[in-house]
Amino acid sequence: MPDASPIGIFIAGLLTLGIFSFLYKDNPVYKVCEAIFIGVSAAYWAVEYFYSALYRKFWLGVFPPAGSGVEADLLLWGGAILGALMLCRMIPKINWLSRWPLAFIVGATAGLYMMLFFVSNAMKQIESTMQPLIQDSLLETLGSFTIAIGTITGLIYFFFSKEHKGIFGGAAKVGIWVLMVTFGASFGYTVMSRMSLLIGRMDFLFNSWATNFGQMF
Amino acid sequence: MAHNLALIGLVLTGLSLIYVLYRTIAGNPVDRRVVFIYVALAAGLPLFMDLLPPVTVTPDVQALVDVLEELPPHSKVLAAFDYDPPSAPELQPMAVAFFKFAFKKKLDVIIVGLWPQGPQQANDAIATALLDSSVMAAGPIYGEDYVNLGFQSGNEFVIQRMGSGFKAMFPRDERQTPYDSIPVLQNIVNFSNIDFVMNFSSGKPGTIEWVQIAVDRFGARLGAGNTAVQAPQVYPYLRAKQMVGLLGGMSGAAEFEKALSMPGNGSIMLLSQISTHAIVILFIIIGNTAYFRTRKRKND
Amino acid sequence: MKREIPLLITSIAGIVFAVSFFIPHWPFGDAENIFGDWMSVVSAFAIWLGMFNLAEVSLRKVIRKSEGWNYALIVIGSMLLMLVIGFSSVYHAINTDTPHMDPGTGLKWMYDYVFSPLSATMFAMLAFFVASASYRAFRARSLEATLLLVTAFFVMVGRVPLLDPILVWAGITDFAFFSAVADWIMTYPNAAGQRAIMIGIALGITSSSLRIILGIERSHIGGDA
Repeated sequence: MPDASPIGIFIAGLLTLGIFSFLYKDNPVYKVCEAIFIGVSAAYWAVEYFYSALYRKFWLGVFPPAGSGVEADLLLWGGAILGALMLCRMIPKINWLSRWPLAFIVGATAGLYMMLFFVSNAMKQIESTMQPLIQDSLLETLGSFTIAIGTITGLIYFFFSKEHKGIFGGAAKVGIWVLMVTFGASFGYTVMSRMSLLIGRMDFLFNSWATNFGQMF
Repeated sequence: MAHNLALIGLVLTGLSLIYVLYRTIAGNPVDRRVVFIYVALAAGLPLFMDLLPPVTVTPDVQALVDVLEELPPHSKVLAAFDYDPPSAPELQPMAVAFFKFAFKKKLDVIIVGLWPQGPQQANDAIATALLDSSVMAAGPIYGEDYVNLGFQSGNEFVIQRMGSGFKAMFPRDERQTPYDSIPVLQNIVNFSNIDFVMNFSSGKPGTIEWVQIAVDRFGARLGAGNTAVQAPQVYPYLRAKQMVGLLGGMSGAAEFEKALSMPGNGSIMLLSQISTHAIVILFIIIGNTAYFRTRKRKND
Repeated sequence: MKREIPLLITSIAGIVFAVSFFIPHWPFGDAENIFGDWMSVVSAFAIWLGMFNLAEVSLRKVIRKSEGWNYALIVIGSMLLMLVIGFSSVYHAINTDTPHMDPGTGLKWMYDYVFSPLSATMFAMLAFFVASASYRAFRARSLEATLLLVTAFFVMVGRVPLLDPILVWAGITDFAFFSAVADWIMTYPNAAGQRAIMIGIALGITSSSLRIILGIERSHIGGDA
């Protein structure tokens, strides 16, 4: 596409400003940009999934190019049939068939997650918490105590089967404090992240778009 | 000229906050759009300044860099790109620095993506890295030194399937070359043939899934660059040594660039990051000052 | 059949993935690989179902001329345009053995100049609202809120060189004090809190998954099942 870039950058700038116009108030320009975003995103994902899953994975798997030396994987038809059943959701009379692929997705995900989360997010974390409390330096020792006490009291706070009273209530209170520190850290990082995204757009507008604008007009 | 004007603009912006403080204490807070203007100025003005702030490399970043530097030439590095354009300001500088380092050090890089946009972001990062003359001089060749296997749908199930064989999920690269015909992929069957996994992630599927499957199930060594929103969530994995290091957000990118001595966009944009943090902190202080003044007045 | 078959499918799929963790050999290891391949293919249909659904909802809006029908028309138009451009790029890629997003292709153009700026700006807007909320709502009303606020302050100051260069310049410290504090917060109290949340969620997911595999939890196959 010859000379696509200057026009492309110009359009990208207009779309960026169109979305930013919402900051003043909701307006038709923003709504148009939003509608374009929704339509383009949906189609983009559909095209990517068609190309990667349906063409590269399924089609070339079932019908490998002649001379490639690859054997056809006919078992892939199982996935395609399940997938096709999912589209039955749009046909009222047989929409119950769409429960089959859904059941497959839910079952497979449950089976995988059950083990992954139990091993990586429960057992490994418990193991890492059960470490010697006394470390080489004072800061690390303090940190080890914080990790042990923070994790245990945080878990106690999430234990709702027993009323938060007495020593248990006190531990739950400490748990809330630890969680508040955690949320504060997350807030600080969220600010950092959101500002980075804005800086990226500002950089585009001031550098790429403004320079391109000057060259075009 | 632009540098000085931007600096003056920033100082005036800061001073004008005294008026915002006065109004807020008087019980007449400014409109949210005024706050928006301040944020825009804080993010935009430093982009006109040519000042590189001093960066302190944190232990988590240094740990990752140490592992990368210990890798001998032609080590097999799997680079997983799991992010999209909105996260590019944070992750793209990390990716560019990573490719510059990998190409100069002659690491063999295998790119995959669990997000459709990921492999595209990888290609953009490679194009930027190759603008550097010293990287260009290293002469990385597609297929021999690096390969982009593209995107594959299936989220964490892709990593799971890669455990028994990469070829099953990525039978061809993005240029349709069969897996077995790509020189850099010779002798690579699964994670046991990979020396290091580098993941750039902004959500799910991403670092958490790579830890759970590639590390904990298949024994891979993992380092990651995360968006700042995601980074706090992966610290428990870092503590448990399920990851070797972590780059968090744009500041993580700047630290990575400094540790590798490859300044790029992360370092350039850090000044804007600093000024936006300052403006948010000042707004929190103004809001709370007004709150405590009002509460004291009510108590009196 | 409407009820039993989905339950059976759920259980088989779940058992295969759970058991193959311990027995990664025939038959579980092989079944896991086959099911893993199927997940890749099925997920593509799920995305297409979502797109069809969006098109149907938008089309209904346009036909009925209900509120916002003109924007729904733009949704359909931009979707069709992207599909045409996307498939022409894919067709070109298949016939020439080139990447479908090569520079110069229509899909790459749309990705660079329409999709990327729109999605990036949509998320960038959050920066303004975070700042506005900080000014209007982020108050130290209680001990808990104060803890949150103070931590956020140290993290925001410590993760970027905001006050550290001033402290060093003034000779108050000879190292990046706030950076070290932020690092300590992230490594210890933050990790402890995140770990407590993580373990809680993990135990919840494990028990929910078990209920799904055993057929006790059935909401995913419909309310009437």
